[in-house]
Amino acid sequence: MRKEVLEQVKAFRILKNSIRDSFKSVFRNFSLSIASVLCTTITLILVAIAIVVTVNVNYVTKSMEKELTIVVYANRDVTDEQINNIESSIKKIDVVDNVEFKSKEEWKLEMKQYSETLEVTLDNLDTNPLLDSFVVKVKDVKDLSPTTREIRKIDGVQSADYGEGMVEEIISAFNVIKTATIGMVIALIIVTAFLISNTIKLTIFSRRSEIDIMRLVGSSNTSIRLPFVFEGFLLGVIGSFIPMIVTVYGYFILYEKLGSSATFSIVELVKPFPFVFYTSIILLVIGALVGMIGSARAVRKYLKI
Amino acid sequence: MLGGSIVVMKFIQIKNCYKVYKNGVTAVADLTLNIDKGEFVFVIGASGSGKSTLIKMLYREEKPTRGVVQLGGINVGKLRNRTVYKLRRKLGIVFQDFKLLPKLTVYENVAFALECIGMKNSDIRPKVLKALEHVGLKDKIRSFPNELSGGEQQRVCIARAIVNDPKLLICDEPTGNLDANTSKEIMEVLDTINKNLGTTIIMATHDLDIVKRMKRRVLVLDSGVLSKDYEKGSFRTSESV
Ligand SMILES: Nc1ncnc2c1ncn2[C@@H]1O[C@H](COP(=O)(O)OP(=O)(O)O)[C@@H](O)[C@H]1O
Ligand SMILES: [Mg+2]
Repeated sequence: MRKEVLEQVKAFRILKNSIRDSFKSVFRNFSLSIASVLCTTITLILVAIAIVVTVNVNYVTKSMEKELTIVVYANRDVTDEQINNIESSIKKIDVVDNVEFKSKEEWKLEMKQYSETLEVTLDNLDTNPLLDSFVVKVKDVKDLSPTTREIRKIDGVQSADYGEGMVEEIISAFNVIKTATIGMVIALIIVTAFLISNTIKLTIFSRRSEIDIMRLVGSSNTSIRLPFVFEGFLLGVIGSFIPMIVTVYGYFILYEKLGSSATFSIVELVKPFPFVFYTSIILLVIGALVGMIGSARAVRKYLKI
Repeated sequence: MLGGSIVVMKFIQIKNCYKVYKNGVTAVADLTLNIDKGEFVFVIGASGSGKSTLIKMLYREEKPTRGVVQLGGINVGKLRNRTVYKLRRKLGIVFQDFKLLPKLTVYENVAFALECIGMKNSDIRPKVLKALEHVGLKDKIRSFPNELSGGEQQRVCIARAIVNDPKLLICDEPTGNLDANTSKEIMEVLDTINKNLGTTIIMATHDLDIVKRMKRRVLVLDSGVLSKDYEKGSFRTSESV
């Protein structure tokens, strides 16, 4: 019992010394430490941009996809039976998510509500000039065009259409942006890890004799490694402060300027809270992880223990 | 002769030990020897005869390629890298180059060894002072290494090596950088440690004057082979190696 407590006290002391050593060495290798921190900062700002872009593109894409419907009109003279046939044929298509029938009477009622002129006009006509219709939703954007073609072939269908061209292009452009951003971020993270690793390497070399002595007098490998891992951690965490602030302020400003304005109805951004909060945490975690991975590499490579 | 197997554990047991470096050099060949607790043993031999290699195998800086190196019942060669530190805590090691940290005072350099193993500050202080007293440097605790003579620096190293009360003190050419008089001082310190604290000492050296004067057990290495093993006092002034 008492021994356990002593062990814990000892472990704490080793931890405390490690932290102290890490702080010291960040200042000792000031220029390289600054370089690492700056690199982390730049990387994490780009990570933040990537997250903002990706999340919002996903958000916009999702909301666009929700609007992606095929409008199907039946022939003027369809029977009820034919309507049923059309509906079941459409439902048979695998990728169809949802089919909603809207009869010409329903259309008429809806139209009459738009304006009085329309109401008068429609009431004065002998027959209903409108068509029975279906609104079809598909599971994925890329299913739109083939499904539309298939529906056109169904007996009793007069037309089937969707917002051809533009929607697909926007979404595929978004996907390119997303992939490019993620690729760039991964590359930058690797570069940062290498830079941090080099910083730690320098610390290890500058403390060579100290490490030699520590090994001779019986420091455990963990307590030799700990300060270096902490140093990497520290560099990463310090490097994530500015990106976190930039994310919070930047996104609030962006949201105010773009997201809530009615001029761009297509750009509807994700609400700042709790989005910026999660993003900041992600930045902090990435910073800390990159720092520790970088230092782990240096420790494994240059600290032969 | 006896069929029985009465195993008397020697403090240090080396059996049919070989060390072949990666480049193919055989630094130690078929070495077998025992050392008792409390002995003071010199290892001599020409440069490149394998003295340092033998020493390094004792503190597990190198693993024997073949054979057994046993220290206090522990097969040192079999220790895993991450448990070597436990062995090191029971040893004191002194080198030719002093390996002191220039930014630390004498006191701090010695205390460093205990800090490294996580000892409490209040426990560290009396031990450091005692160790510095053993090497006669109690009045220099606030000096920095560059303010000390070579002999004094080496005494700080010895204090650091004995501060955790090791059973074995390993010295590789501890007087290699020192003049004859200073070497003599260092040998007196080591002799006192051996006599007063009962610490077993193994010392590699090529300084025959010292060896002759000390009249202790002497192991002679010749191209990695143990060519002679002189009992305590039997290494004569006239002896040629
Ligand atoms: N790390 C090493 N790698 C390869 N060869 C080595 C290494 N260390 C020592 N040697 C060789 O082993 C032999 C013994 O060296 P060493 O033990 O240092 O002798 P001594 O201490 O008696 O001068 C020498 O030939 C030396 O060149
Ligand atoms: Mg040597």
